[in-house]
Amino acid sequence: MNFLYVIYAVLTMGGLALFLGLVLGIASIRFHVEVDPRVSHVVQVLPGSNCGACGFPGCEAAAESIVKGEAPYNACVAGGFKVAKEIAAILGVEAGEEGIATVAAVGCGGGRGKVKMRFAYEGIHQCVAANQLIGGPLACNYGCLGFGDCAESCPFDALHMGNDKLPEVDPVKCTSCGICVVTCPRGIMKLTPVGGDYVVACNSLDQGKIVRKVCTVGCIGCKICEKACPVEPPAITVQDNLAEFNYETCTNCGICFEKCPTKCIQRATKAEKIKTPPVKTSA
Amino acid sequence: MAELERYFLLFLGALLVYNILLIRFIALCSFFGISNRMETSIGMGLAVIFVMTISSAVSWVLWRYVLVPLKVGEFLYIPVFIVVIAALVQLEEMAIRKASPPLYKAMGIYLPLITTNCAVLAAATESVKPGFLKLNIAYHYSFLEAIVYTLGVALGYTIVIIMFAAIRERIDVAPVPESFKGYPIAFITAALMSLAFTGFANLFGL
Repeated sequence: MNFLYVIYAVLTMGGLALFLGLVLGIASIRFHVEVDPRVSHVVQVLPGSNCGACGFPGCEAAAESIVKGEAPYNACVAGGFKVAKEIAAILGVEAGEEGIATVAAVGCGGGRGKVKMRFAYEGIHQCVAANQLIGGPLACNYGCLGFGDCAESCPFDALHMGNDKLPEVDPVKCTSCGICVVTCPRGIMKLTPVGGDYVVACNSLDQGKIVRKVCTVGCIGCKICEKACPVEPPAITVQDNLAEFNYETCTNCGICFEKCPTKCIQRATKAEKIKTPPVKTSA
Repeated sequence: MAELERYFLLFLGALLVYNILLIRFIALCSFFGISNRMETSIGMGLAVIFVMTISSAVSWVLWRYVLVPLKVGEFLYIPVFIVVIAALVQLEEMAIRKASPPLYKAMGIYLPLITTNCAVLAAATESVKPGFLKLNIAYHYSFLEAIVYTLGVALGYTIVIIMFAAIRERIDVAPVPESFKGYPIAFITAALMSLAFTGFANLFGL
């Protein structure tokens, strides 16, 4: 075996590596881009899921805007109070107070599992698409269509479609970023305070007798809950044929939950770990 | 005229007849991984065109003027070409970052991903040692032939990945059976596309 070729091989690889190293070194100086070091600090602090709830296209973009001063230090919706405090420390500003922690809740108890269909739907299996076809295949104009647009859109894997074709929230993973709220074409998802034990699992503004015809667990606007509420003024009121909680005054006594004739008030899925709430904005 | 005809045949052969993805089954990992969204597929395709063409050119020059004269080409060409490709990708990343930050952000992770894309190495190797292509050309490609060939390969990759992304986006919202959702139906679709592309097989009487 000719030893010369080994020498040639070593020289070739070594020479090439040296040459390319030099080229890359010179290029890295010539193509240098100034980056504020605080931006990379902020990027490390941010959740890194690129969910877009803050309104910026990803965590990197949000970090740049925050450091430049175009966005407030509590811009990260998903990060909550903890992230806001850390960003405020990096920027050297005072952090505000804690806000109220919220979690996503499903405002429908019927859906394709329980409610009749108006017609057989053979289209794209997306809620947004189905909703546009003459009011949707569901007999209820406000109910959950069950194709899972919300679950698809959740960047934290906290929302899944259950066996009854209704979404189920994982309260541990939910960061209350609000993307599911915007995604649902019927406005069924809502953000409720973590301390609230009950939610109204109905979204229908139809009159009671119309709701009764299509759904057994819908709110009929009978006002029994409003009359039974021990708080004055009532923490649960019926507006436009739909019951609504006022979570600031609700005491979680559960009387409305027991008295509701259609059982449309349901227990909220409890968060097992305390979520970090957002910072209260003064604006 | 015969010259032009040769280049045209070489280009079309690399693009359609011996399509790198669907007929030779090279670079399938990035193909399946990137193609679920259209924007990423277009970005990946463009980046591959850029990197593949330049790295093939540099590899050809290195082969002809360094590796062959020293007679170390046969066993050394793989590491040498890989080093060249990696350096080129780094350079491209730096240049794009300086020239157009929005484009750099849009491409994100896909730029460094091209280094590991075997299609780039395959094209570079083919430029210097044509093996798969049984066209009636002399064993050694000229510089221009290598460029034309590589452009054909890169465009073949780009066209197929864009077509596949278009199909996959629509499959995502179709009522596919639960056990087929995701990669299984994607593989079946790619197989059907591959069958369709074998229709080009005797285009030049090959």
